[in-house]
Amino acid sequence: MTDRAWIEAALTTARPQAVAALLRYFRDLDLAEEAFQEACLRALRNWTANGPPRDPTAWLIMVGRNAALDQKRKTSRLTAMPDEDQVSDLEDVETPMVERLDDSHYRDDVLRLMFICCHPDLPATQQIPLALRIVSGLSVKQIARAFLVGEAAMEQRITRAKAKVAGAGVPFETPGPVERSERFAAVMQMIYLVFNEGYSAGPKDDARAELADEAIRLGRLLLRMFPAEPEAMGLLALMLLQHSRLPARFDSSGDAVLMEDQDRRLWRTKLIQEGLALIDKAMRHRRTGIYLVQAAIAALHARAMRFADTDWVGIDALYATLEQLQPSPVVTLNRAVAVSKTKGPQAALDMIEPLGERLSGYFYFHGAKGGLLLQLDRKSEARESFDRAIALASTAAEAAHIRMHIDRLIAESGGAG
Amino acid sequence: MMYAVLCYNSEEMVCGWTKEQDDAVMAALTKVHDKWEGAGKLKPSIRLLPTSAATTLHKSKDMVIDGPYAETKEALLGFYIVDVSGLDEALQFARELAAANPGGAYELRPIQLYIPGAPVAEAYETGREYAGDKVFSK
Repeated sequence: MTDRAWIEAALTTARPQAVAALLRYFRDLDLAEEAFQEACLRALRNWTANGPPRDPTAWLIMVGRNAALDQKRKTSRLTAMPDEDQVSDLEDVETPMVERLDDSHYRDDVLRLMFICCHPDLPATQQIPLALRIVSGLSVKQIARAFLVGEAAMEQRITRAKAKVAGAGVPFETPGPVERSERFAAVMQMIYLVFNEGYSAGPKDDARAELADEAIRLGRLLLRMFPAEPEAMGLLALMLLQHSRLPARFDSSGDAVLMEDQDRRLWRTKLIQEGLALIDKAMRHRRTGIYLVQAAIAALHARAMRFADTDWVGIDALYATLEQLQPSPVVTLNRAVAVSKTKGPQAALDMIEPLGERLSGYFYFHGAKGGLLLQLDRKSEARESFDRAIALASTAAEAAHIRMHIDRLIAESGGAG
Repeated sequence: MMYAVLCYNSEEMVCGWTKEQDDAVMAALTKVHDKWEGAGKLKPSIRLLPTSAATTLHKSKDMVIDGPYAETKEALLGFYIVDVSGLDEALQFARELAAANPGGAYELRPIQLYIPGAPVAEAYETGREYAGDKVFSK
């Protein structure tokens, strides 16, 4: 009766909320996962025959919980619970369940589930795979492929991470406001890390690139749970706006294309519109945050039909805000790029020169410095910076971009000499 | 007669579609659109942005809430389409409407895709003809 593809999509959609509720119930990640798996198997049988239930998530939670309890009872030779064929069609069983499980009940469950995956005890290399496995439900094989490691090694990494969070003792009580906002910040950072894994994938690395879509899905989930959080709007907007440029970021031979050279007609307007609408909403709260400010910067790029139309004054002001919220030499370096467009190369150079020590091993610092020196006609110093940049380049496209400047300098000096 | 056909589906699922899945659905829909637009019967079609992009103005308290209108007691009675500079101007419009017609709420939802379809003025004529000849005269 019900399409298999539809059921599979519904199971994926329901997963975070269902596993989160089962985790609260069983207080054990493995048990919660097993209960969800069992519920999915039964859903495939039951929904195919009887059609989908009114609230698939509530159905999966109830059936998963009963199945796990049933299993326990069977092993202790007690009476079995009624199975899902008997309970699922009873409106009066399902209705109160659905009512009890509206979004406000789910939200702390989902936040807890996500927070467990990015527990401060875990290194980032374990956080992301754990979140992808537990929250998103990606298979170990899929995750292993995205991180270019063997399946067995990834399995081990995830098992180790699970053991660590089980020992960390995350409390199951409803969190207080401080605890909740700390969890919220950690979860947002984890989602953005997942996104960046996908964003940094090469043009042919589909398995890794899909992580960007997955992060956007998690960002949507978080915003649905916390619809009035401007930072959740900012995070989703930031990811959508960055992701909108994907079709223009690589040329036909797979080389990266710099933003100034991208064909902006290829940018995905659907994602841009949604990102802009979310920023518009978030702005009403008159509260800045690191994701919202970065989203606003991405929005100014997205709004410019041509690179020459970019609102550099606005971008400069936003980077100044970001510098205050999250001081970092990289942020200052980015700001200097905007400053070079508004106040000229000397002002930008004055801004980044004090960063030399902290960014000495950073490709973009030397590339940007070389570019500014070149604009000031300080050619031999520019050449020095470019030489250092090219030694630090980590991709062929980065190296090629710097090489172009160096070649031009060589040609000019050859012509003059 | 003109009808508004309101589209419902699981938002989480539709938002979870990959670009390829989304494009495939849009391509299939476009075939239906083209047929009905060719017959002069399809007027503007709109795809809305997700409810996470919505903002709701509760008229009685002049209260602006993030998210869609979630109450189930009230029914959807109509809608406007405005082309404005952003959410603030849309809210301004909604507040003027609220002053003229208190009670209930306005949900402001950005439009993702607007297909103008066949001209509307002509449709009115067709609609009247249809209503007069084929329904009421029977």
